[in-house]
Amino acid sequence: MGLKPVLTKDFGTEGLRQLDAYERTGGYAGYKKALSEIKPDDLVELVKKSGLRGRGGAGFPTGNKWSFLPKGMYPRYLVCNADESEPGCFKDRYLIEESPHQVLEGILIAAFAIGCNTAFIYIRGEYLPQYEALESAIEEATAAGYIGKNVLKSGFDVDVILHRGAGAYICGEETALLTSLEGYRGEPRLKPPFPAVKGLYGKPTVVNNVETVANLPHIVVNGADWFASMGTPTGKGTRVWCMSGHVNRPGNYELENGTPIRELIMEHGGGVWKNRRLKAFQPGGASMMVLLPEHLDVGLDFDAIQKAGSLAGAGAMVVMDETTCMVDAARRYVKFFHHESCGKCTPCREGTFWMSNLFDRFEFGEARPGDVDLLLDMGYNIDGRSFCPLGDASTWFPRSVIKYFRDEFEQHIAEKGCPFRKETEAAVAVA
Amino acid sequence: MPLRPDTVAKIQDYARRYPSAQSAILPALWAVQYEQGYVTDEALAEVATHLKLPPSLIEATSSFYSMFLTRPEGRHEVMICVNAPCMLRGADAIVAYAEQRLGIRDGQTTSDGAITLRSTIECLGACGGAPMMQVDHRFEENLTPDRINAIFDHLRTAPAFHEQPPAEKKPARRTPTVSGEITRSGPSGARARTRKASK
Ligand SMILES: Cc1cc2nc3c(=O)[nH]c(=O)nc-3n(C[C@H](O)[C@H](O)[C@H](O)COP(=O)(O)O)c2cc1C
Ligand code: SF4
Ligand code: FES
Repeated sequence: MGLKPVLTKDFGTEGLRQLDAYERTGGYAGYKKALSEIKPDDLVELVKKSGLRGRGGAGFPTGNKWSFLPKGMYPRYLVCNADESEPGCFKDRYLIEESPHQVLEGILIAAFAIGCNTAFIYIRGEYLPQYEALESAIEEATAAGYIGKNVLKSGFDVDVILHRGAGAYICGEETALLTSLEGYRGEPRLKPPFPAVKGLYGKPTVVNNVETVANLPHIVVNGADWFASMGTPTGKGTRVWCMSGHVNRPGNYELENGTPIRELIMEHGGGVWKNRRLKAFQPGGASMMVLLPEHLDVGLDFDAIQKAGSLAGAGAMVVMDETTCMVDAARRYVKFFHHESCGKCTPCREGTFWMSNLFDRFEFGEARPGDVDLLLDMGYNIDGRSFCPLGDASTWFPRSVIKYFRDEFEQHIAEKGCPFRKETEAAVAVA
Repeated sequence: MPLRPDTVAKIQDYARRYPSAQSAILPALWAVQYEQGYVTDEALAEVATHLKLPPSLIEATSSFYSMFLTRPEGRHEVMICVNAPCMLRGADAIVAYAEQRLGIRDGQTTSDGAITLRSTIECLGACGGAPMMQVDHRFEENLTPDRINAIFDHLRTAPAFHEQPPAEKKPARRTPTVSGEITRSGPSGARARTRKASK
């Protein structure tokens, strides 16, 4: 347990963003080994055996996802999801900035494993420097013969297309991502059929997160057993946790799965800033439920966090000290979901709008008795009734805040406004 | 104003690059915005002819995405994130400071046309460096009033992103520009490294 740099091991090496330095650290050895020694099907088995689970949010076993591709149906596509827009998350950005070739090598290994000749990277529009880092990595890898026809005389042809989004959180959801990549408005599609069966351009498609694929070179080089020896029984390996909020040292920390949350916040993060007390924290990013100091000994692991009442999601840790207005924190997230709702289905489009209005009422002193129950009622009417998880997730944090901090909502009603805000500070009204 | 030949060539290139020309809509719109600073109806129609797609389809797609501007704005765009992780690190105070310093509110442009200010609820992926802002296409993190002053002073005279020569436009990879290197999340990364080294 504790810090365990696998993906981040060589970060900081001079010039790591360039091919030669990356190769000096052992880069592309996994790709070469895969091409020369391992059959694609065995590669799928290897990843299955490693126990690698997707790092994009849902934690689905990667090898299993690959094996859902229907036999004999070609072409098939791989899309690397670099749309990272979940509030609290900035790990994919870090992985790309520090070592774009590691991400690219992972993509190439995955493409080879699933028999894909055209791989895509979908990166959020705001990440322009990161787009350019990947662009030059692709150029270098092409010049070195890692991308192109008959790569290293293995008979494998592969092309990588880098695609830039233009500001829409929903395009991180895999079906919306595919719709967007096809050139439409980025609205989610109904599942099933799952992308593995009918994905990009109607063809079998695998969508994998940046961090997920970045694990692959290491699994190929060191083996499935090595990977499975790290972490917990159902959460193998490491994760890069993005920590933000009220800690002394925010940033990215790669930890072995199962490391206690306490260690991340108190040791690596240097503890709560300004000598204040911890009030709450939120693993997983904006969508996920809040947890309390009593949960500090929970391990950083999909299943353990779920058991504690939240979700590990995309690996963000937002820390809140005793001065935090939980109502305002929830208000910001709800506004975010309202802003990012794609508008396709009514519960989410209208529900996030009304929830957001109601939160403004609390924050600006217009809430009335009964409004907390009204908020809960709205939550119940959105969650489980939305077309995609964005709508559902918009209710999780606010409802968990009501569960643990209901008195703060009542206080906003009784005091006609926010008890945490000093008179001089104005809350930002964002549309 | 018709698109420049090099922009047209790029768009035609995108159309060939993807298995379906429709996938080239977003890259084409980016090319347009890079050339002209925003995307006019006229440009949408021209993109449609180059991609051989109905103009309504281009319009339907482009209007979904928040990053395409439809009218001219300030030469520089300053966006301050106020989502919860940034709020926790004092983003509201940064917004207030920027508004006071520039004399404009959210969504407005300074009278000299230099800066359009926005506070946004979209997380920009820099929460570890909060409070932060995105200046054109670069992130500025761990903001302080001094830093903000320096950035604004620079922007008053700097050419718009789409008017900069290509070399300058490329966000610095090796040579830091005013806004520093691509590894602006560096502090976070560097920290993770030092911690590691001490183990
Ligand atoms: C609203 C929403 C936003 C999402 N955003 C992202 C994202 O930005 N990046 C990502 O990798 N996965 C995101 N996901 C998860 C993807 O749908 C998908 O599960 C993931 O990319 C699969 O990759 P993995 O198996 O490697 O985790 C999002 C899901 C939802 C519902
Ligand atoms: S839940 Fe929201 S984001 Fe998802 S399809 Fe419905 S409106 Fe769109
Ligand atoms: S919340 Fe502001 S950058 Fe993430």
